[in-house]
Amino acid sequence: MSLDKATVARIARLARIRVEDEQLEPLRRELNNILGWVEQLGEVDTAGVEPMTSVTPMTLRTRVDAVTDGGYPEKVVANAPDGVEHFFAVPKVIE
Amino acid sequence: MSYRLQGATGEWEVVIGMEVHSQVVSNAKLFSGAATAFGAAPNSQVSLVDAAMPGMLPVINAHCVEQAVRTGLGLRAEINKVSVFDRKNYFYPDLPQGYQISQFTQPIVGKGVVTLDFPDRESVDVGITRLHLEQDAGKSLHDQDPTRSLIDLNRSGVALMEIVSEPDMRSPEEAGAFLRKLRAILRYLGTCDGNMEEGSMRADINVSVRKPGGDLGTRCEIKNVNSIRFLQQAIVYEAGRQIEIIEGGDEVRQETRLFDPNKGETRSMRSKEEAHDYRYFPDPDLMPLVLDDDFIERIRADLPELPDEKKARFVADLGLGAEDAGVLVAEREIADYFEAVAAGRDARTAANWVIGNLFGALNKSGKTILQCPVAPAQLGALIDLITDGTLSNRLAKEVFEVMFETGRDAEAVIDEKGLRQVSDSGAIEGLVDGILAANPDKVAEYRGGKDKLFGFFVGQVMKATQGKANPQIVNEILKKKLSE
Amino acid sequence: MAALTDLGIAGALDGLAKGDFSARELTEASLGALERARPLNIAITELPEQALAVADAADARRKAGEAGAMDGVPIVMKDLFCTEGVLTTAASHILDGFHPTYSATVATKLAEAGAITIAKANLDEFAMGSSNETSHYGPVANPWTRTGGDARLVPGGSSGGSAASVAARVVAGATGTDTGGSIRQPAAFTGIVGMKPTYGRCSRWGIVAFASSLDQAGPMTRSVRDAAIMLGAMAGFDPKDSTSVDRPVPDFAAAMSGDVRGLRVGVPTEYRVEGMPADIEALWQQGIDWLKTAGAEIVEVSLPHTKYALPVYYIVAPAEASSNLARYDGVRYGLRVPGADLTEMYENTRAAGFGHEVQRRIMIGTYVLSAGYYDAYYLQAQKVRTRIAEDFRKAYEQVDVLLTPTTPSAAFAFGEKGDDPIAMYLNDVLTVPASLAGLPAISLPAGLGAEGTPLGLQLIGRPFDEETVFRAAGVLEEAAGFDHRPDAWWEEA
Repeated sequence: MSLDKATVARIARLARIRVEDEQLEPLRRELNNILGWVEQLGEVDTAGVEPMTSVTPMTLRTRVDAVTDGGYPEKVVANAPDGVEHFFAVPKVIE
Repeated sequence: MSYRLQGATGEWEVVIGMEVHSQVVSNAKLFSGAATAFGAAPNSQVSLVDAAMPGMLPVINAHCVEQAVRTGLGLRAEINKVSVFDRKNYFYPDLPQGYQISQFTQPIVGKGVVTLDFPDRESVDVGITRLHLEQDAGKSLHDQDPTRSLIDLNRSGVALMEIVSEPDMRSPEEAGAFLRKLRAILRYLGTCDGNMEEGSMRADINVSVRKPGGDLGTRCEIKNVNSIRFLQQAIVYEAGRQIEIIEGGDEVRQETRLFDPNKGETRSMRSKEEAHDYRYFPDPDLMPLVLDDDFIERIRADLPELPDEKKARFVADLGLGAEDAGVLVAEREIADYFEAVAAGRDARTAANWVIGNLFGALNKSGKTILQCPVAPAQLGALIDLITDGTLSNRLAKEVFEVMFETGRDAEAVIDEKGLRQVSDSGAIEGLVDGILAANPDKVAEYRGGKDKLFGFFVGQVMKATQGKANPQIVNEILKKKLSE
Repeated sequence: MAALTDLGIAGALDGLAKGDFSARELTEASLGALERARPLNIAITELPEQALAVADAADARRKAGEAGAMDGVPIVMKDLFCTEGVLTTAASHILDGFHPTYSATVATKLAEAGAITIAKANLDEFAMGSSNETSHYGPVANPWTRTGGDARLVPGGSSGGSAASVAARVVAGATGTDTGGSIRQPAAFTGIVGMKPTYGRCSRWGIVAFASSLDQAGPMTRSVRDAAIMLGAMAGFDPKDSTSVDRPVPDFAAAMSGDVRGLRVGVPTEYRVEGMPADIEALWQQGIDWLKTAGAEIVEVSLPHTKYALPVYYIVAPAEASSNLARYDGVRYGLRVPGADLTEMYENTRAAGFGHEVQRRIMIGTYVLSAGYYDAYYLQAQKVRTRIAEDFRKAYEQVDVLLTPTTPSAAFAFGEKGDDPIAMYLNDVLTVPASLAGLPAISLPAGLGAEGTPLGLQLIGRPFDEETVFRAAGVLEEAAGFDHRPDAWWEEA
């Protein structure tokens, strides 16, 4: 599978990273180079093999249903680049 | 009988499926210890995990898992003993992690069924495809500031159950009945409060149209409908829109739409226009969730009686008609109310009172059963007063109205208004004697064979007692005196 | 008496206990060395005032007889660990100005044990790199130079600042994190000990995530014993991390009995990678001989899927990273670059905030998870990963521990790997397999290579059997007697 420039642009868009048009081609080559290299995994016979879900054979541990956290809005927004009172603020979104 | 829409080219059938997001009743969030209460100050119920601070990790709330299993059992569904949490990746400001933790390929609950009953036709089974646990997103406020949207993460991370139905509904009525029934089941189970105004239950509706019996058409998804009335309006509008498109020679485009309750229309959602590619993959911060049989069986053993079973019992054991039983079980609170009234009394009388007088009064006053001013014990006491002859049915209705207005006990109302039925034979005899003495001609006519005059004498007694005389005793005494 | 900064953790604790010097004196010595070592670009943030205040508290505790396991010992904290009230950057522009309101569990545990953090160490941006060249704060220089050469060498990565701080004798211990070799490879390049414990041994809570299924914290020290002491202070169950394992932390130092008689040591055939330099081959053989002499039994084993470990890693790690790094969106913390609308704000922020290597990995990760490619890339990689873990499981039916070189080369010079990312990735070829299987692995300095720079040997153990790893490492360390140290060129600089 080889990436074209349109796919690179789509990936960049999905990842929300601005890529200038003139960067698309070099980026395409880089990504193709890496993807071409990892494609050797196709040779491995994995019929009947379960994909790894956790390296240590563990099941999910649970927590009791108690309120133990929160109540510190000032901490939550302490590092925010923009905000109003205890809200975060972003450029207006139109739904 | 079937619901059909009339288009220019003939009849159309609407096909409806639903995804219902139901907020799990829990103290804390699905993966953090922050509170879930509604209406708190902005970002005051947010932990560092919910705000997706760097290095924060999720730990699952055991009670939410239990609630999902309980719901699955209530939907007569398969419980998956191994389920997996996946990340659904997309960017949105109220989704702090940049992904929602959800369940994609291996949900906690598999196939189940919800049965819809109708008064005038056969019941309909709606298949449940699956139920999975996921995190809610935060809230974006778009109208508080001229240039910015404000973000409150209080809801971020609250546990939701997404319940997905098969496209088994064929009319707005069925869709409404489904949501109502599902809501009833969740409330019976105590797994979701079903409060649609506060957003604890939201439905995404998948609507398509086809020629009756034809192939499925392209569907549109209508997001976040939060009342049964809107649900039905949205379906009617959307089906009409699609029919118009198809009959106009165009094709319906698969898309996400939003229902505008003010206009009664659906419109395309700008923010969802971009092609979705959620890049689901198992969340490496969470191991597979494994449930053992004991855990599931313990929850099963604890399940409350659900609407369908309750209805069957009301019919079989209490002798109620199916329709009455259906009405009484529609909401857990009503069923509980009814059962408290009926305990130790004639169930049919209790049912008549609840469905007739009580519902009438609730409707008129716009109150719900939980706001009902008359407690079940009070209504029960009133019924007892009819049974023991203290009140006639007619008087009882009068008393009930006062009880509903004031919340007072029947006895108190009767005493205050002097509505107690006169059953004192001596007093009634005295009255009867007086009336017979005042109407010698009528007495003579009666004794001469004009039986119909009996009613006249009863009327005179009632008039004299303002209707409070016990009619049975009046009859007995009159018969005795007139035959003397 | 040797300089205070020459003391290891064990030696420092000993001196503190005897009252030979105070924690304040020790900390002042480290802070002095940190300042002199600035040409190495070890620290993103230096914490002199805070460190001295903590040192005074440590002295008071010791006086009161309440000293913890590392009380009064200065350390350096990789700037991937969140530290309350202290700038935490992950060496990325995108975390500009981020002051966490919390500390990572491992940082808290070390503080509770009495360790004194004197600096937040430089690293590859978001721990993505093998040379420390991807840091927004500039590269870290390796304290070592080649014999007769003055080309600046890379310290390895991603824990380059941590490794350099220990090798340059600024501190006796530093925290690292290892995703595919980020503790072990820089340890090998700088002639120190680096231990990556079993996945689940140390809490990941509060560590800026790179690849969640692989990230593990661990100690970087100048001796195996020091690593054992420091890991003891870092490890332990954390209910806030669902992948943290609830089992007791053994006394790792006590496991170093010095006796490996009868220990079955596996030598994996497939680790003899193509083009492995002769000095590394020779050192490996030397290590085998040392253990054999000490009474261990050497067993040749096969790990047939070894060659696929790197491609698996370069699918799984970027995939997880692409998702883990989605939270850096300019909304709640760090850098925001304005845009005409929300999407533009996101795109501008992330283009300006992430360096090239991070962007490249996010895009690879995004691609391999995207619709239509998931099965061929991500799912297949996770299946091959299962195979790799099975290889190890089978090998451990025959042996107790594996011995390999840590890296396929000694430290290289800046710019030497050119622009080819794959050439850089190949550096991790010997460390990545243990990461994929979540196994404990240590790198220790075993000698100098042809260029006069250190080379490391790696021991890989069974899951949660760090004790055997430490035991074998202690014996190897003793046999190797590595006592070389770099010329302190930076002090003259």
